[in-house]
Amino acid sequence: MTQRFIPGLLIATAVLVAGLIVAFAIGRYPVGLGELFDVLWSRASGRPSSAPEATENVILLVRGPRVIAAVLVGAALAVAGAAFQGLFRNPLVSPDILGASSGAALGAVLGIYFSLGVIGIELLAFGGGLIAVAAVYGIGSALQSRDPILVLVLTGVVVGALLGAGVGLVKYLADPYNQLPAMTFWLLGSLAATNAGDLIPLAGPVALGTIVLVALRWRMNVMSLPEEEARALGVATGPMRIAIVVAATLVTSASVAASGVIGWVGLVVPHLARALVGPDFPKLLPTCALLGGGYLLLIDTLARTMAPIEIPLGILTAVIGTPFFIWLLASMQRNWS
Amino acid sequence: MTLAGRNLTIGYSDRVVGRGLDVALKQGEVLALLGPNGGGKTTLLKTLLGILKPLAGEAQIDGRSLDAFSIRDRARRVAYVPQVHNPTFAFTVETVVLMGRTAHGGLFSRPSSRDREVANRALDEFGIGHLKERAYTMISGGERQLVLLARALAQEPQFIVLDEPTASLDFGNQGKVMREIRALAASGLGVLFTTHDPNHALRAADRAYLLRDGACVAEGEVKHVLTSEQLQELYRAPIERLIDATTGASAFLPG
Repeated sequence: MTQRFIPGLLIATAVLVAGLIVAFAIGRYPVGLGELFDVLWSRASGRPSSAPEATENVILLVRGPRVIAAVLVGAALAVAGAAFQGLFRNPLVSPDILGASSGAALGAVLGIYFSLGVIGIELLAFGGGLIAVAAVYGIGSALQSRDPILVLVLTGVVVGALLGAGVGLVKYLADPYNQLPAMTFWLLGSLAATNAGDLIPLAGPVALGTIVLVALRWRMNVMSLPEEEARALGVATGPMRIAIVVAATLVTSASVAASGVIGWVGLVVPHLARALVGPDFPKLLPTCALLGGGYLLLIDTLARTMAPIEIPLGILTAVIGTPFFIWLLASMQRNWS
Repeated sequence: MTLAGRNLTIGYSDRVVGRGLDVALKQGEVLALLGPNGGGKTTLLKTLLGILKPLAGEAQIDGRSLDAFSIRDRARRVAYVPQVHNPTFAFTVETVVLMGRTAHGGLFSRPSSRDREVANRALDEFGIGHLKERAYTMISGGERQLVLLARALAQEPQFIVLDEPTASLDFGNQGKVMREIRALAASGLGVLFTTHDPNHALRAADRAYLLRDGACVAEGEVKHVLTSEQLQELYRAPIERLIDATTGASAFLPG
C-alpha cells in the first residue's frame, strides 16, 4: 500500500474533476464538454457565451446548485467520518454513530409534520442533530467508566434507536398523502430539490466545522492514540474531544439538513482516502474532502440517470456501502488474528 | 530536578490501591519499580505521570505539585513509554515519533522542520532511522518499543517513565532496551521503569523500589535491595541466586 501524499492527492483531485465533468455533462439534457467549458468560462470572465440559453440554464441553474451541494455534502460527510473514526480509534464508526444523523432526521420529519418551510425544516434538522449529540455525550460522560469511548459509542446506538422510534411515530401520525411521501423521500436522501438558496445554509456550517477540524489536524493524530498516551504527549483530551465532536457534528447536521440522510459515505470514503495517503490527518483531511465530493457527485449522477425515475441517494450508498463494510470486517479480522 | 511522590495514596475513585508511598527520582538516575501483579506498580506510575490524580498526598516535579503544571508543560518534563500495543491506524514510524513533539507546538500547528530534525535525531539515537517511512503496524515488537522510546526522547523531557518496557520482547531486544535505558540516564535523563524481572533491575537500574499490596517493602540501591531474602518476601516465592565466581556479578532464578 503506497502512502504518497502528492500522488494520492492527485488521484483524489482527478476523481473530483471526473465527477464534476460527468455530473455537468450527463442527464436528460446532454451537455457537451466544449459547451460546459464555454459557459463556465463566460461566467468567470463576464463575456457572453456562445452556447444556447437552454444549455446555459441547465448548467448554471439546474445542475450547478445540485453539483455544488453534492460536492459539499460528500466532502462534509467524509471529513466528519474521518474525524469520528480517528477520535473513536475505530475504523468502523461513521457520523451516524453519535446520533447526529438520527437526531437531524427526527428534527426534519417534525418540520415536515408541522408543515414548516424549508428553512424551518433545516433549522429543526440542525438543532435535532446537535441536541442528539449533546444528549449522547452528556449520558456517556455521566456513566463513569474505564472505557469512556465504548460507553459513548453504545450510548449513541441506544439514543439513535430511540430517535428512530420517534421518526417512526411521526411518520405513523403524518398525513399519508401529503406529508408521508415527503418524509420518506427526505429520509432516503436526495439532492433533487436543491436550489441556489439552499447552498448558503449548507456551505456556512460545513466551512466552519471543516476549518476547525483542519486547524486541529495534528492534534487529531494524537487523539487517535489511547487516552493516557495522548495526555502524556501534552493534549488536554477532554476539551479536545468536545471540540472535534462539535465540529464534526456541525458539518454532519448541515449536510443532513440539506440532503436528507445519506449513510455510508462517512464510512467508505475515509477508508479509500487512507488507502491513498495513509492515516496522517494533515494529509487525510484534504484527501477525504476531495474524494468525498467526487464520490457523492458520481453517485448522485448515477441516481438521476440510471433509471427513468430518480433513485434515492441513501439507497445507492447503502448498496455500495454494505458489501464494503463486510469486506472491511473480514479484512480487519485477518489483521487481528 | 526531581520527580517525586510524597505520602501518596493512589487508586481509583472506587478503590484504593496503595497508601503512604514516598518515591523520588533524580535526573541521571534509573529507578526500577518491582512487585507482584496487582501490587500497584502501574497505578503508581500513572500517578507520577499525572494521568491519575492521587487520592491523597502529592506528586511533584521539583517540589511543585503536578497539578500546578498545564498538561502541555507536564509533557515537556515527563514522557511516557506505554507497553507496546497494536495501534488502530498505520501511521508511519516518523509520524509516531513526531507525535512526541506535540507539546512543543501550538494548538493549531503541525510539526516544524525543527521538530522533524529532533525526531530524526531520536530515531538515529536508537539506530532505527531506516524504519522511518515504514508503517508502525508493520514492524516487529522490538522495533515498536524502540520507536516509542524515540518518541519519548523527541519529547525532550527531563524524565522518562516506562511501563514494562521489556514485557513483549525477545531476549536480544530486552538487552538492547536495557542498554538504551542506561544510555538515556547517562545523557542526564531520569528514568523510571516497571519490570517483572529483577535481573533487568540489576542490569539497568541504580535504585529499586519494591511494591507489594500497595505498600513499599524496600527501597534503595539495587545491590542492597535486590537480595534473595528481600525478593522471596516480595514475591512470596522461592528464589535462587547465582553468582559468577570471577566477576562477582549475580542473577536471580525463580523457583
